[in-house]
Amino acid sequence: MQRSDYLIRKTFFALATLVVVIVFNFLLFRILPGDPVKIIVRSPRLTREAKEKLTADFGLDKPIWLDAERLGEGDLAGAFDTQFTAYVRALLRGNLGISFRSRRDVAEVLAERVWRTVVLVATGEILALVFGLAFGLVAAWRRGTRLDTTILLWALFSWGLPTFFLGIILLILARGHLPIGGMVIPGLKPEDGWDYWIDVGKHLILPTLTMTIVYTSSYVMIMRSSVVEVLSEDYILTAKAKGLNTFQILRDHALKNAMLPMVTMVALNLGYTVGGVIQVETVFSWPGIGRLMYKAVMQRDYPVLQGTFLLLAVSVIAANLLADLLYSVMDPRVKTE
Amino acid sequence: MEQFKEIWGTFRRRPIGILGGLMLFSVVFIAIFAPWLAPYDPDEKIDVEPGDLLAPPDAEHLLGRDDAGKDVLSQLIYGARVSLTVGFVASFMAMFIGTTVGLVAGYYGGRIGNALMRLVDFLLVIPDLPLMLVFISMWGRGLWKIILVIGLLGWTYTARLVRSQVLSIKERQFVMRARALGASNFRIIMRHIFPQVLPIILAETVLSVSGAIIAESSLSFLGLGDPMLISWGMMLNFAFERAISRMAWWFLLPPGFAIVWVSLGLVLMGSTLEEIVNPRLKSHHLFDPRKMMALVTGMGSRTEVKG
Repeated sequence: MQRSDYLIRKTFFALATLVVVIVFNFLLFRILPGDPVKIIVRSPRLTREAKEKLTADFGLDKPIWLDAERLGEGDLAGAFDTQFTAYVRALLRGNLGISFRSRRDVAEVLAERVWRTVVLVATGEILALVFGLAFGLVAAWRRGTRLDTTILLWALFSWGLPTFFLGIILLILARGHLPIGGMVIPGLKPEDGWDYWIDVGKHLILPTLTMTIVYTSSYVMIMRSSVVEVLSEDYILTAKAKGLNTFQILRDHALKNAMLPMVTMVALNLGYTVGGVIQVETVFSWPGIGRLMYKAVMQRDYPVLQGTFLLLAVSVIAANLLADLLYSVMDPRVKTE
Repeated sequence: MEQFKEIWGTFRRRPIGILGGLMLFSVVFIAIFAPWLAPYDPDEKIDVEPGDLLAPPDAEHLLGRDDAGKDVLSQLIYGARVSLTVGFVASFMAMFIGTTVGLVAGYYGGRIGNALMRLVDFLLVIPDLPLMLVFISMWGRGLWKIILVIGLLGWTYTARLVRSQVLSIKERQFVMRARALGASNFRIIMRHIFPQVLPIILAETVLSVSGAIIAESSLSFLGLGDPMLISWGMMLNFAFERAISRMAWWFLLPPGFAIVWVSLGLVLMGSTLEEIVNPRLKSHHLFDPRKMMALVTGMGSRTEVKG
């Protein structure tokens, strides 16, 4: 198979996933009990006229997917004037609705908070990757020794640690030494320059540390098994026979080849990372997307819930597509898959 | 049966696996005998005085009291029942779906197999926890709903694993022979293929129970648990909401370490089982110079297989 075919197939899959997520997001909030619009419209305290007007305003008088009657009459534009197309049109315009609680535009709230979560996830991921690669490489190289067992047991232990609980432990330990909640001391503003950013950095330490510890463990385990596999390949023997020392073999041969599966793993892992960031932001009151989602769940703020879910799902889909593309650039064998 | 005896024979000699098994067994024991082990009945109505609320540990209450003046240790013991039930039921459900999908996708392949694997790919990409949050907050809270959601979303990895096993097993001779003798597809799957993948599925189940317990605790911690059936995650939710400002560590730490204890036990046991039933490479070229020599002179096997 040609590389372009591979790229097209992967892109198509990402788009298809995106469509399913959008349909799902639309459907879920209409099928399951708890659609607030329906609850408002069904309220017995409304007059009939008010009900009809609200129903029309919210577009609930329209068919959900497709107006088969109008399609039969050949009225294409009318046939597709449905609740679903209205939802998609709104999405395309970047309209995610209005928060029930704060009455603010959901897209605006998301845009304001997204970078805070990106900073947290990016720092945590990068640190976890660096430590994961290093420990995994060492464990695989020293396989079966006490060092390997120690690293592996530590990885298993921190893997079994629920993210939020690790956060709570760190919070208890660090109380009094480090800020344990929020993003910045109340009163400091971005205009304050360095003081502001240093304080934000301090608030970042605990959440980042939590993310790093939890995600290092899975990278250690993946890296370890992937390096073990590489080290049993014949080209490692060849390298050894050429007279390269262990360090050179590990750096030039083992690390490079074992990196490939890591690219896919990082992207797939992002799904878990996103779950972790919700917990970490909740524990440390970090005002990002995760805490927003938690609060939306607590307050039954459905537009916000829908918006955060869409944002998280789309980011993970995009990251996976990016990983597939990177993989094809890094590994020339993809061409002949 | 024979193969299970063999697996047990190997497992018995793995201290780490045995340790994991004991860790799990201790919690199962506590869960079963909770009414006899717990010093107090968590449902009992009690009279409390202001000083009893979040009282630190003493001789009468070994792990202190919670924000309502109730004994933390008793809640912890009863909580084992809820957390284990969710873990086991949800992961059995996931295993059942995953195995069925894996068998069908692997054995039949073709269009059905492809469609099923696309579904797996799709579910693998969608972030789990946000999806569960959305589901449960739309659908309403409840322990059964949590079990259902974890079970319905947690089968993808098993499906992949089973499928890849089936793909190689179905090309083996005994399957060909059964087919030549006129066995139906259903019979071939159930009588010839399923018993072959069963050990791997069981090892995977042990691992997935820990995932399910952690997932339940995260959902409960985020406030979606059942306030009437107190799991360890729910205890942590209460403790975090009401006791973190007072730093009541006796209320905060025990349920968390209980989760770590049981999930670590399951992981140790599960990964040992997995190593036994799914042998992989044991040694490599950089490991041991003596092995290298044996290899170069052609006296040793290149790979040592476990199990």
